[in-house]
Amino acid sequence: MPRKIVIWVVLAALVVTFVGVLGARMAEGAVLPEIILGPLGLTDALFYLFAAMTFAGAATVALSKNILHSALGLLAALMGTGSLYVFLSADFLAVTQLLVYIGGVLVLILFAVMLTNRITEVKISNASLGLVGGGALLVATVPVLVFVAIATPWATIVPAELAPTTREIGNAFLTRWLLPFELASLVLLATLIGAVVIARKELKQDEPDTSVS
Amino acid sequence: MDANQYIALAAFLFGIGLVGVVVKRNMLVVFMCIELMLNAANLTFLAFARRAGNMNGHAIAFFVIAVAAAEAAVGLAIVIAVFRTRGTLNVDEVASLRN
Repeated sequence: MPRKIVIWVVLAALVVTFVGVLGARMAEGAVLPEIILGPLGLTDALFYLFAAMTFAGAATVALSKNILHSALGLLAALMGTGSLYVFLSADFLAVTQLLVYIGGVLVLILFAVMLTNRITEVKISNASLGLVGGGALLVATVPVLVFVAIATPWATIVPAELAPTTREIGNAFLTRWLLPFELASLVLLATLIGAVVIARKELKQDEPDTSVS
Repeated sequence: MDANQYIALAAFLFGIGLVGVVVKRNMLVVFMCIELMLNAANLTFLAFARRAGNMNGHAIAFFVIAVAAAEAAVGLAIVIAVFRTRGTLNVDEVASLRN
């Protein structure tokens, strides 16, 4: 399918060019031009685009019968939220999302999907039950949360301009959030050791499981 | 763009993740839905940080990402170990960690 590949390459090049141009403009400190697309500005239109992408990805995760489609929907949802972080002036966290979530967690999930075989049998791999109860839960929770989000008059502070946040985050980590920062490193160390322990128990077959408490 | 819309989107994401956790029976999909809920929380934190104009929300969102990565590593190791020993990932059938 060379034609499909060409289309995808062109699309990817467009996206990369757009992000690069936007990043260069923002690095120069330029204010985004107010391109009007009907009643929506450019940022509004992009927000709705990324929000739709996130929403579709999340719906795919929760509703798809194929577990691999769920993983790819998670990819779309994570990329959508990562793009929205950029709009929220959180450039460092957007890149962290890209590196840790999409580059790390999602690849781990895909590994787990592939390693647990029998994924082709949809009935076994991804059964769902209680759709009525789930729908009732959705109806019970989401309107309340959305109503709170939209109807509450959050304090109206005029947002600052988009600026790099890395320096402020570094200062915050080493002053106010120093203890949680060190605790996070402890959590990661515990994770490392825990993963090694879990993986190691499978290899010991000559010993009875004395370590299991 | 107002902060309200970001928070509303986060509410939708959280609701979808919650329903997925309750409805889906596959351990891996439950796991993915938990990641969705963590992302919704992160989006809320960042929306409020943008609105309030300080970095505390960014710091907390960073910790959430770190904890989610740790959870992914250990959780997926457990998922694979459970699948090896029992041959199923249905959370109703895997009711206990021992034996």
